[in-house]
Amino acid sequence: MNVNQSAPPLPPFGQPQPIYPGYHQSSYGGQPGSTAAPTPYGAYNGPVPGYQQTPPPGVSRAPASSGAPPASTAQGPCGQTAYGQFGQGDVQNGPSSGVQMQRLPGSQPFASAPLAPVVSQPAVLQPYGPPPTSAQVTAQLAGMQISGAVAPAPPASGLGYGPPTSLASASGSFPNSGLYGSYPQGQAPPLGQGHPGAQPPQRSVPPQASSFTPPASGGPRMPSMTGPLLPGQSFGGPPVSQPNHVSSPPPQALPPGTQMTGPPGPPPPMHSSQQPGYQLQQNGSFGPARGPQSNYGSPYPGAATFGSQPGPPQPLPPKRLDPDAIPSPIQVIEDDRNNRGSEPFVTGVRGQVPPLVTTNFLVKDQGNASPRYIRCTSYNIPCTSDMAKQAQVPLAAVIKPLARLPPEEASPYVVDHGESGPLRCNRCKAYMCPFMQFVEGGRRFQCCFCSCINDVPPQYFQHLDHTGKRVDAYDRPELSLGSYEFLATVDYCKNNKFPIPPAFIFMIDVSYNAVRSGLVRLLCEELKSLLDFLPREGGAEESAIRVGFVTYNKVLHFYNVKSSLAQPQMMVVSDVGDMFVPLLDGFLVNVIESRAVITSLLDQIPEMFADTRETETVFAPVIQAGMEALKAAECAGKLFLFHTSLPIAEAPGKLKNRDDRKLINTDKEKTLFQPQSGAYQTLAKECVAQGCCVDLFLFPNQYVDVATLSVVPQLTGGSVYKYACFQVENDQERFLSDLRRDVQKVVGFDAVMRVRTSTGIRAVDFFGAFYMSNTTDVELAGLDGDKTVTVEFKHDDRLNEENGALLQCALLYTSCAGQRRLRIHNLALNCCTQLADLYRNCETDTLINYMAKFAYRGVLSSPVKTVRDTLITQCAQILACYRKNCASPSSAGQLILPECMKLLPVYLNCVLKSEVLQPGAEVTTDDRAYVRQLVTSMDVAETNVFFYPRLLPLTKSPIENTTEPPAVRASEERLSNGDIYLLENGLNLFLWVGASVQQGVVQSLFGVSSFSQITSGLSVLPVLDNLLSKKVRGLIDSLRAQRSRYMKLIVVKQEDKLEMLFKHFLVEDKSLSGGASYVDFLCHMHKEIRQLLS
Amino acid sequence: MATYLEFIQQNEERDGVRFSWNVWPSSRLEATRMVVPLACLLTPLKERPDLPPVQYEPVLCSRPTCKAVLNPLCQVDYRAKLWACNFCFQRNQFPPAYAGISEVNQPAELMPQFSTIEYVIQRGAPSPLIFLYVVDTCLEEDDLQALKESLQMSLSLLPPDALVGLITFGRMVQVHELSCEGISKSYVFRGTKDLTAKQIQDMLGLTKPAMPMQPVRPAQPQERPSVSSRFLQPIHKIDMNLTDLLGELQRDPWPVPQGKRPLRSTGVALSIAVGLLEGTFPNTGARIMLFTGGPPTQGPGMVVGDELKVPIRSWHDIEKDNARFMKKATKHYEMLANRTAANGHCIDIYACALDQTGLLEMKCCPNLTGGYMVMGDSFNTSLFKQTFQRIFSKDFNGNFRMAFGATLEVKTSRELKVAGAIGPCVSLNVKGPCVSENELGVGGTSQWKICGLDPTTTLGIYFEVVNQHNAPIPQGGRGAIQVVTHYQHSSTQRRIRVTTVARNWADVQSQLKHIEAAFDQEAAAVLMARLGVFRTESEEGPDVLRWLDRQLIRLCQKFGQYNKEDPMSFRLSDSFSLYPQFMFHLRRSPFLQVFNNSPDESSYYRHHFARQDLTQSLIMIQPILYSYSFHGPPEPVLLDSSSILADRILLMDTFFQIVIYLGETIAQWRKAGYQDMPEYENFKHLLQAPLDDAQEILQARFPMPRYIHTEHGGSQARFLLSKVNPSQTHNNLYAWGQETGAPILTDDVSLQVFMDHLKKLAVSSAC
Repeated sequence: MNVNQSAPPLPPFGQPQPIYPGYHQSSYGGQPGSTAAPTPYGAYNGPVPGYQQTPPPGVSRAPASSGAPPASTAQGPCGQTAYGQFGQGDVQNGPSSGVQMQRLPGSQPFASAPLAPVVSQPAVLQPYGPPPTSAQVTAQLAGMQISGAVAPAPPASGLGYGPPTSLASASGSFPNSGLYGSYPQGQAPPLGQGHPGAQPPQRSVPPQASSFTPPASGGPRMPSMTGPLLPGQSFGGPPVSQPNHVSSPPPQALPPGTQMTGPPGPPPPMHSSQQPGYQLQQNGSFGPARGPQSNYGSPYPGAATFGSQPGPPQPLPPKRLDPDAIPSPIQVIEDDRNNRGSEPFVTGVRGQVPPLVTTNFLVKDQGNASPRYIRCTSYNIPCTSDMAKQAQVPLAAVIKPLARLPPEEASPYVVDHGESGPLRCNRCKAYMCPFMQFVEGGRRFQCCFCSCINDVPPQYFQHLDHTGKRVDAYDRPELSLGSYEFLATVDYCKNNKFPIPPAFIFMIDVSYNAVRSGLVRLLCEELKSLLDFLPREGGAEESAIRVGFVTYNKVLHFYNVKSSLAQPQMMVVSDVGDMFVPLLDGFLVNVIESRAVITSLLDQIPEMFADTRETETVFAPVIQAGMEALKAAECAGKLFLFHTSLPIAEAPGKLKNRDDRKLINTDKEKTLFQPQSGAYQTLAKECVAQGCCVDLFLFPNQYVDVATLSVVPQLTGGSVYKYACFQVENDQERFLSDLRRDVQKVVGFDAVMRVRTSTGIRAVDFFGAFYMSNTTDVELAGLDGDKTVTVEFKHDDRLNEENGALLQCALLYTSCAGQRRLRIHNLALNCCTQLADLYRNCETDTLINYMAKFAYRGVLSSPVKTVRDTLITQCAQILACYRKNCASPSSAGQLILPECMKLLPVYLNCVLKSEVLQPGAEVTTDDRAYVRQLVTSMDVAETNVFFYPRLLPLTKSPIENTTEPPAVRASEERLSNGDIYLLENGLNLFLWVGASVQQGVVQSLFGVSSFSQITSGLSVLPVLDNLLSKKVRGLIDSLRAQRSRYMKLIVVKQEDKLEMLFKHFLVEDKSLSGGASYVDFLCHMHKEIRQLLS
Repeated sequence: MATYLEFIQQNEERDGVRFSWNVWPSSRLEATRMVVPLACLLTPLKERPDLPPVQYEPVLCSRPTCKAVLNPLCQVDYRAKLWACNFCFQRNQFPPAYAGISEVNQPAELMPQFSTIEYVIQRGAPSPLIFLYVVDTCLEEDDLQALKESLQMSLSLLPPDALVGLITFGRMVQVHELSCEGISKSYVFRGTKDLTAKQIQDMLGLTKPAMPMQPVRPAQPQERPSVSSRFLQPIHKIDMNLTDLLGELQRDPWPVPQGKRPLRSTGVALSIAVGLLEGTFPNTGARIMLFTGGPPTQGPGMVVGDELKVPIRSWHDIEKDNARFMKKATKHYEMLANRTAANGHCIDIYACALDQTGLLEMKCCPNLTGGYMVMGDSFNTSLFKQTFQRIFSKDFNGNFRMAFGATLEVKTSRELKVAGAIGPCVSLNVKGPCVSENELGVGGTSQWKICGLDPTTTLGIYFEVVNQHNAPIPQGGRGAIQVVTHYQHSSTQRRIRVTTVARNWADVQSQLKHIEAAFDQEAAAVLMARLGVFRTESEEGPDVLRWLDRQLIRLCQKFGQYNKEDPMSFRLSDSFSLYPQFMFHLRRSPFLQVFNNSPDESSYYRHHFARQDLTQSLIMIQPILYSYSFHGPPEPVLLDSSSILADRILLMDTFFQIVIYLGETIAQWRKAGYQDMPEYENFKHLLQAPLDDAQEILQARFPMPRYIHTEHGGSQARFLLSKVNPSQTHNNLYAWGQETGAPILTDDVSLQVFMDHLKKLAVSSAC
């Protein structure tokens, strides 16, 4: 049975291949062959041909139905396509599907090629009777997913669905589903099984039942699985989704058998595959982007509302929404990886949606900034503010101006325009970029941002070729690349003087706590060697950065480490109320010249304070001192503060313990996130003016008021690291690793960032670690490769589709060698007059990044509850708008999600459940403040994994398999007690050990003979010489390498106390602190949407 | 008369006391008519190699308001073991230890030759001497180097158990911790911020373990080091350390822009030094030694801004009330000086710079605490080096010639009261029966504190006769004065020196001759000069001169012999004959004349004038001039322009300067190189003689005088020309003829003119 079923779906997969070529043919000629896809598809290959056959028909159809195929070619046209899937679904089920398919191809720039693939789709559809109503199908699918369990309902669903044809097919499949076990459909059955069994009915259940069950789901699924996949592949998904589907199935899905056998386990893949299916369908509509929407039958009672569905649902009411049927992040990620990970992302085309952050891909800069630098929530911006308001989709860009690039990608070229400095528009001051239009034979250029016509200075003049391009366009980075750097002239420097190379000042708390915990000794020891690795520019032999040292408790100790001294000299400043720098010469020194003195100093510091009994510390004066020191030296720089306790000593910035858990969930909760006094803001302002960036390492044993202490690092572009209850034995590796990384990373100092946009939109809001003294300039005392600035745009005029929208981010900074530079990133976006285009070109990860930052800033001024509600409302509005404008035809009871945003609910739920917005009992105020400020400057990849942790099964795949195992969804249900899992979210790393793990595994991993002997809370795996141990440790290392902070490992045993902590990260589950489970949240969201629609 | 001279000299040698009058007018009215007040110059610690201190404590009069010390003037009833206080007539029992006394077995203090006696107090543990160096680092490289060497050298001169501390300052003030090994550690203070003593102590971590403010000494030394040891260490422990530290001392590293003075935080540095000692060693002998190479330019106590284009205040500015910072700065240093005095510490200032360094504002620091003030051009001169070295010179017993934390108490018999004192002291505000209502100098008290003194420190003490005219003193009655000086000897012992002197009363009507004969015109001149100088603190210069003139005229009227309105008949007896001349030179001296002197120089001169003994003071008033020639041995000659002859070599000692002046011919000879020719060896000797003599003076003098070797027509000859009596000037040049001397280009009156006027005024009845 399975086979059979699988077979049909396969074909669709097969199609995808062809599709690719179709889409990208122009761009990737060889893809089909080259793509990894083939292999995964292997299994499906068979079917493929079938599709191919089909193609022709599809093709024919497509044109016919859509009529507008050509239109579709352009994404813009997608208006139709956008609606397409849905709209079409509504209108013309049968044709629509075909149309969609066609459109997809059509939408792609490459008309001819695409067609073929398109054709294929139809073929797919054909196989299934229902296909025609792809839209419906999708809807149905949705329903099905939900109802997955409901298999029995099929008939009902069939009834429910308008598109009988599809139903038919669907129904056909349904039965299968209903059969589950017996069913051939590996996928469907498992789903059903898992859900029905595992999930207890929920409130939503009744509705769910109604909505999804509609058999439609059952039917759809099947189709979806099969059909949808196909279409998906062929369409928008082509690139992304298809492969995903393909790939995913093979590993897990293939095992239909497995599904069959172990319903609980396997399901996920299945689901994923199904989902993709949806996507596919949707995708079908848009060529370029991923499928826009996926529909999920609303689990809700809403069903009742919907005439058609109601019927069927009723029977199912008790059933619950099938978790496997709802969109799976894992699946989406996998799909994207498979689809887009293998080809370089070429930035030449305007408005392209880049691969997901979780996908490894190479970027080729052909005129737009790499997504590593800039990612947008949408690559297609509504032309008018009305549209934007309607959609409620925030228009934001997440910018990481100094992002590190993989070694394969070249860092931005440095352009030197000599004395005259970079060429800029006279009016808006935008920098020369590839979008500037040269006119009058090259004597003038028109600014792409403000349309001002500027003269080209004689030394820059160059003739234009027949296309109006400058002849030297490809010789000049600023005319051909999305990202490049200018050497700044003296006009761009503070006080009109070229900057002096920056300095690092290490400021070490030497109070009792710091000394006793061993921190001081450890740190001093480490610094000795670490100083050899100060960041240097390019191939420079030695770093230009000078270093200085300060220790402090209640008073500050400065050190003179001038190279001519035999011994360092210590200068104590006790006047903390009025801080000043006691020395000039000898405080900031070149490491190499003063090596001996510095070593001597670092040797002596731990000794000097070994017997200290001073427990009080100051804080603000320390920063002030560092800042003053930099001021005196007239350079920018960075302070590394190592601090242990609440600064209660009498001094400016003195703090009191104001931790009060009673405030949680009250209107005053926001005060916990606000700084205690304004002194720190003032101080930060001064720091920024001096280009003094502050990195704070905290080692608290109790409340230290992170909210206040982190103000300065936050506003100066610095980082905060927190090591609660620091003990050398346990935390040394983590701290040292972070420290090394932090010290070594390349930093830009004294930076100002400005984002310019084409007329029509304007950057209005900024999130991140920086300071702003006006509304446009982002001032960053320091900016490193991990720091991200999220910028929100609003309309202030109309945009037009032809010109699109341009962004130019200019960052003026001082490099670590003291060179003043301008880094420019340009990005061109499309504009649309149809909402569907917007929804089709969105990036959920970026959206979540923005929304999280927005919400996390909101907690400073509003009660957390309000913030949460705002988020939910906004999300609902976004989805409702989509539903209303792009997918209206389906019944209201269905939950229809845009393909690009189908993960929005799950991710948003994770945000809502995060410790900042919904703290658990064990989360301290400091933790919340810490996370809050951390998230503020996270990039998209970091927020992605932070909110939805990666859960990797370690023992599932064969030991020999060295690749990273595919992740599973973050839910307890996915854990099998016979396995071991790794979970990471960028900050934490857990190794979860199931209670019934094989002894051999335990032995080879932990070196103990049984589960019970494993030390809970273990933070280091023993180094054992066996494959499994090596593999796991290797995996841990590679995970750590991917993150900007070292993740400390915690071994958690099943049923152990620590497991509570671990479970907090299983974000699809209901959390202890009251966070909704994914399923519940989805239901809730559906309800919200329905309310909005009605 | 010789007998009086001998008497005076004998008394001076024995007791270190010189009275203006050695026979005292017996009533208040008569005393006031004497013009020159009854007063004495007292050198409390006059070196007495022949006076071994006794190792017990003095016996005090039991009357609480009296507490006079048993002395040779007391009536003793050996049988009853009683003694009668000669000041209050209280009858006192001898303490048990004196049980064995008898006429033949007298304790030293009853023997007449022990009118001055020194007791050693055995109680309490000795407290170490403390030297706190406060060093300016805004110096030129070679200056700093020289200073560093001097300081390092000084370490070897200190007793091994002395505590030393180091504060350096420039833009910032650094208090160096001396105890640590390896890293040298210092506490740094902003140079612009005035801190209270409490803040300073908090910031230095000198939180006192709840110690009451009494000068507790027992058992403290053990604990104290733990508190303060970081900054003040026994020299033997940190000798090497400190030497290195001084060696590594760098010039103030803060850049000094063109056209600016370096920022120098002298005010804060001193404030911290004072605060540090205040918190750690109150009432223990300690010297704060400030070495500075320029004016304070920032923070409290700043004297001038850092703009070089604005010059430091001059007398002209001060008269025009144009010295912006002066009042505030003076107030700051006065406050510090008073605190320091209250703690029994003293402040020395060693200021070496070509320009002024703000001594005018800072003068009260040494003046009120008994510290030294040394002024030079550079630390790299022998003037500074030797002066500094001399501070650590030792007496015949191997002890430093310095004493600390002295309180000087004066007791008088009933007919007398104390009106005040002038010298490096502050009032302790102790009222008592013998305190006069009229103040002369620092008055209103019978006790003064002298935080730092040496064997030559001399105070002028002024008395008032209060005996009423109608209560005659019995014939042969004597007035007595007892001076009790508690101090910390440089050997760290506490000692008490008691001097009891008595003089006869005389009735002016009947015994004016006696009184006249017993007039000590030298002492009187110095005492009057001190009064005059003291007045300059509060009065305008011309007013002081007028006051002096009036006093002089009155004195002449009182004691001159003349016929009314006949100046030519005016005569003064021998005991007064020199006095007008002293006054003449005093009027011209830098103590009263500010012309040609900077405010700093005036302060410097006045500082020394107020503490030197009689001989030195007289030299200051009227410099000594010796003449060397082939005609005979060197001879003292008149301080007159007529003494400047071409074939003479002159040696002038003004105390502050030693000038060797080669007459025109001598200079020519020397230029011609005769001294190198064997046949003119006598010329060589002649040239050498004044050098040797000058050397002798240089060796003995503190502070080292400026040594000037010049010749006729040399620019430096001005030092001589400005001092001599301008008997020949461009005005009367031709009247006198060329050969007799060198004319002085001045409009100043000559002694001759002065005397003529004096006579005229004295004999006129108008006054």
